[in-house]
Amino acid sequence: MKKIISFLLVLSLLFAGTGIFSSCSSDGENAKNRKLVICNWGEYICDSDEDGFFDVIKKFEEETGIEVEYLTAETNETLYSTMKAGGVNYDIIFPSDYMVQRMINEDMIAELDFENIPNFSNIIDRFKNPYYDPENKYTVPYFWGTVGIIYNTSMVSEEVNSWDILWSDQYPPNMILMFNNPRDAFAIALNKLGYSMNTVNEEQIKEAAEELKKQKFNFVMDEFFELMPSGGAAIGPYYAGDYLDVLQDNEDLAFVRPESGTNIFNDVMCVPAASKNKDLAEQFINFMLRADVGKCNTEYLGYSTPNQAVYDILDEDLKNSEVAYPSEIPETWEYFEVLPDKINDLMNELWVDIVSKNK
Amino acid sequence: MKKTVSGVYLALIFFFLYAPIVLMIFFSFNSNATQITNFESFTLKHYIDIFKNENLMNALSNTLIIAFLSSFFSAILGTCGAIGIFNLRKKARTAVLNVSNLPIINPEIVTGISLMLIFILIFGKNLGFFTVLIAHIVFNTPYIVLNILPRLRRMDMNMYEAAMDLGCRPFQAFFKVVLPEIFPGVFAGMLIAFTYSVDDFVITYFTGGSFQTLSIFINNSLKKGVKPWMLSLSGLLFLIILFVLILMNIREVIEEKREKNKVKI
Amino acid sequence: MKSKKLLFPYTVWMAIFVVIPLFMVLYYAFTDKSGAFTLENLQYIPKHLPIYWDSLKVALISTAICLILAYPLALIMANMKASMQRMMNMLIMLPMWMNFILRICAWVIILRPNGILDSILGVFGFGPNTIYHTTTAIVIGVVYNYLPFMVLPIYTSVSKISRSVIEAGEDLGCNSFNVLRRIILPMSIPGIVTGITMVFVPAASTFVISLRLGGYSLIGDTIDQYYKGGSFNMQAGSMLSLVLMVIILISMAIMNRFDNGEDAGIV
Repeated sequence: MKKIISFLLVLSLLFAGTGIFSSCSSDGENAKNRKLVICNWGEYICDSDEDGFFDVIKKFEEETGIEVEYLTAETNETLYSTMKAGGVNYDIIFPSDYMVQRMINEDMIAELDFENIPNFSNIIDRFKNPYYDPENKYTVPYFWGTVGIIYNTSMVSEEVNSWDILWSDQYPPNMILMFNNPRDAFAIALNKLGYSMNTVNEEQIKEAAEELKKQKFNFVMDEFFELMPSGGAAIGPYYAGDYLDVLQDNEDLAFVRPESGTNIFNDVMCVPAASKNKDLAEQFINFMLRADVGKCNTEYLGYSTPNQAVYDILDEDLKNSEVAYPSEIPETWEYFEVLPDKINDLMNELWVDIVSKNK
Repeated sequence: MKKTVSGVYLALIFFFLYAPIVLMIFFSFNSNATQITNFESFTLKHYIDIFKNENLMNALSNTLIIAFLSSFFSAILGTCGAIGIFNLRKKARTAVLNVSNLPIINPEIVTGISLMLIFILIFGKNLGFFTVLIAHIVFNTPYIVLNILPRLRRMDMNMYEAAMDLGCRPFQAFFKVVLPEIFPGVFAGMLIAFTYSVDDFVITYFTGGSFQTLSIFINNSLKKGVKPWMLSLSGLLFLIILFVLILMNIREVIEEKREKNKVKI
Repeated sequence: MKSKKLLFPYTVWMAIFVVIPLFMVLYYAFTDKSGAFTLENLQYIPKHLPIYWDSLKVALISTAICLILAYPLALIMANMKASMQRMMNMLIMLPMWMNFILRICAWVIILRPNGILDSILGVFGFGPNTIYHTTTAIVIGVVYNYLPFMVLPIYTSVSKISRSVIEAGEDLGCNSFNVLRRIILPMSIPGIVTGITMVFVPAASTFVISLRLGGYSLIGDTIDQYYKGGSFNMQAGSMLSLVLMVIILISMAIMNRFDNGEDAGIV
């Protein structure tokens, strides 16, 4: 027993090198040793150094000499509740539209000094002054995208143009995927029924729940990346950017946005009100808006960039892709908005029934 | 006959326990990075990748530091607690022990949430390294107490009295007489504490704020499914654990031989 | 050594970090968002009864399977040479040293459609498997994660049974089945009780395993959802945690009636 303990002790010390001691000093106001704490989503920045890509965080550290602590959060909701509970020293976060709207409403986000972010001029006008930040004081868009129906043309021969195909009885159980989270799944059902994705009408939401119960879906999140390219699923809703990702593994896959409309989203970069390193954060945001950095991220991840300078130098194929850069954005494409707690609770409760019907 | 049956049974159980690990390690050498369970060709790339991944290394070092510190502090606190509890009358002892065991009996998620609530109350908006450390000490200490109590019960109290009669102060008597007796219990408890701490997800998830241990880091990275580096990380962890075990076994064999030689002389 | 002073730091510690936090849960369960007393959160209990039942079902099934698998294993281990016993102990502990989330990942890549199990079944012309995203998958995950917690306490209590007691039984004419039934089984009850506790509690409150392998929420995931999900309803989450805790403590109290030892058989 003694031996294991002592071995583990040595091991801990070995790894301790960069650990806690350096992270403790972040409170010190020592300008030279300030550290920038970034909290992004998993797999949402280029960290590869192959095939002409570069590790974006490392490049920023090398160019500026600023030390970065890079963390990840699981979902918008966990990011929000972690920040609410406190104990976070994030300097930059990447929330989605509806969540940053809530955060701005609750004074959780700092106003940016756009003089420090000259590259903001690269942003396409359409993405400036969005509904969640009408005067554009708090946010800079990072990526945008849409939800669509992704299907395998070797299994689906009929024409796909509406959500109805997800309720088809032509395919074996488990071959039709559905988002395994209430908000996204309800949005699809609500849109199919002709209601707003942001409805607060409880009857409409209950109707959508009944709609979701009618089909025996295979509820998935990350399993999508395995199922779709390998032929383990015939059809399912997912994000345009991820479609481009899986398309590389299976050319039979196709992407369609239903005529009735779909969900469109922006993910933004912003600085929490509690950040002590707002100037460094602005420096980082400016760096992220640079054409070469944006190109690296965009081509690595496949999501759509709101940055004109980046768009201009993209690979021709990607640039002309109707999937990533649709030529027009119809009115029927809806952004998510903050829902009242009561509605969120209702969705969660109904959701339990929907999913448990399927186990 | 009996031997074969039990042999087959053992084989099946160990197949169940080890097949998932072996499969993870097997596919960690797969060069196909998108369809990770579709073996293409052999590569060591994913092993090199984990060492290049600073965030992962940070999470790993956080995990080990928390595990080491929490088992160390639990050992001190648990030793005090165990001796104190041991000296109580039976009724009081049962009562205190029941409270002490609460973190073991309570569902982890309840412990995690209740600690989160108290931390927010005490430390305000400062969840992080220290709250995780405290939380780990909270759920580790009962294991130390439970491992020391039986040792104390078996101990000959006259030894302690004798030491005191011979002029030891209580403090000295504790270190010279009691501690050596209960030490194996302390160590066994620390080992369990270390194991639980390294493995913990739930408690850290609720009490950690932005502090990331290995479990949290991996969980947050699952957005696009299981990635090759998770497989190679399993391989690396397995290698380290195996190394520790082999080291221990060699020690034991050497010690046993030494014992035998002594007997011969 | 007779001094009770040593207990002081531990009692203070327990008061602050064990007892008071549980009262905090109680406090949140019976207050609304403004902090005023309310019974309104009680409404969340009947709404979630089916999930409590699902969780209990998963926990009962998994605990039973663990017990059935672990008991013979513990017996076999206890009859081995001392050095072999040590080795077996280590081998059973070893998977526990791998990371919890990684152990779940392993089962994800095995069970998921087009995963490892499907490719193996495919070779023999079977498949695809229908385990992924079912209760069975959760049970597999739970049993895999917590089996060692059942084996080790039972093994500890079985190996403590003195050889001479068993021999006495044999001398008095017991066959090996009766030795098992009348001597070993009763004497290993403390180990069984500990084992059941250590599997049942985490199994009933599991989260992550259920969502990742089962694809649906058990009570642990639901509580998590209230705290960290879309509605940020700490009050509802606390009420549900409180009920979960009460259910578990009652189950444990019932279990402990079978076992009179004070702290026997802990790993």
